[in-house]
Amino acid sequence: MSIRHGLLALLERGQMYGYQLRAAFEESTGSTWPLNIGQVYTTLSRLERDGLVRSLPESASGQRPYEITDAGRADLALWFATPISRTDRPRDELAIKLALALTTPGVDVRSVVQTQRTATMRALQELTRLKYSSDNPDDLPWRLVLDAMVFHAEAEVRWLDHCESSLVRHRPPAAGPTPLSEAVGHSGEEARR
Amino acid sequence: MTTGDGRMPATPQRRTPSCSPATSESAAGPADDIVLDLRDVHRTHGSGPAAVHALRGVSLAVRPGELIAVMGPSGSGKSTLLTLAGGLDSPTAGEVHVEGQPLHALDRRGLARLRRRRIGYIFQNLNLIGSLTAVENVALPLELDGSRVRTARRLALDALTEVGLTELGDRFPDQLSGGQQQRVAIARALVGQRRLVLADEPTGALDSQTGEAVLRLLRRRVDAGAAGVLVTHEARHAAWADRVVFLRDGVAVDSTAPLAGVEALLSGSGR
Repeated sequence: MSIRHGLLALLERGQMYGYQLRAAFEESTGSTWPLNIGQVYTTLSRLERDGLVRSLPESASGQRPYEITDAGRADLALWFATPISRTDRPRDELAIKLALALTTPGVDVRSVVQTQRTATMRALQELTRLKYSSDNPDDLPWRLVLDAMVFHAEAEVRWLDHCESSLVRHRPPAAGPTPLSEAVGHSGEEARR
Repeated sequence: MTTGDGRMPATPQRRTPSCSPATSESAAGPADDIVLDLRDVHRTHGSGPAAVHALRGVSLAVRPGELIAVMGPSGSGKSTLLTLAGGLDSPTAGEVHVEGQPLHALDRRGLARLRRRRIGYIFQNLNLIGSLTAVENVALPLELDGSRVRTARRLALDALTEVGLTELGDRFPDQLSGGQQQRVAIARALVGQRRLVLADEPTGALDSQTGEAVLRLLRRRVDAGAAGVLVTHEARHAAWADRVVFLRDGVAVDSTAPLAGVEALLSGSGR
């Protein structure tokens, strides 16, 4: 997601100035995405340059509010109507790390899996504690953000379980290089490559 | 939820579990506080070359207010651990103590009494009796234990209220949805003075919302002072526990407790 569309969605509720936008943004993402005020104003000036928002005259207190334009509404509608592309997401560092662990001499892959699973499980426990402590039905947006994090963490634990089972069953071809999971996991000797 | 100025949400107020991975050893903390104590428990099925070692030296201590989740792949020994903890099976070696009582020292009647009075067991397949109403199902263990019918019924209604089924006590299991049946099974496990609640995949095939409601109930009872063990293969459910123990091939390979603070986790997630 982009901050651009987040701010456009907030301005669709009505005109707001920078600090209000920052507070509303963090509120609606359950503070999972803290913004600094500089990011808000940089984004607003780009949106204004592109004709998606316009700035209004300063208020008596010196705050300059912004409002969404018709072009901004069209852009926002398109964003809501378009699924998020998977290729826009950050690369999965963990998957790459495990793939490298399997092919790097001297790395105990099982230990990498186990350490990560413990860490992810802890994160999942903390997220669940937050859920348990937030029973207010008005908190639906926040709870759904939290649920997204819970389901992502759960998927990671499931995938790590899958990796662990795959490592147990993995038998390298006799003539090929010795996979490190076997070499390190059982005898501790260096893998041949 | 967020604070008014949009800062980080407050850290939850739930009791901080007094456990760490190290407390899986029964030596940690005062022994008289431990509700369930598994001491180097082994369970082998069969003998000779065909022997199956379901558990190979597992130690676990569970105190009041503590919920432990046991995870692991099929055949890792999770359900065996639970049946030993509940006195439904005996270890080949090692000891199981419930509220300080060594189960091996009890005769069959003593063990049955302990199970009826102190241990609530939520089975994977519920085990509700189809010819009894919800309230009769819940009251049954109390009546078997000699409670008067009226007392047992009152306590059963209390337990049904605790799981949100006050109005449905006179229905038979087949007149209840899957989620409602599950809650009756939980009420039966919680009724009376049970200090130890053992749950084997209690969310079964329930949808995510209903499953979560079941875990909230379990969590609430544990927070009120019971000790709980939850066997599950779903990390999302295990996360309701204070500590998660991973079993593999009958051995505890890993154990986890929550981090001290959640702020770092949240602020690091959205980048």
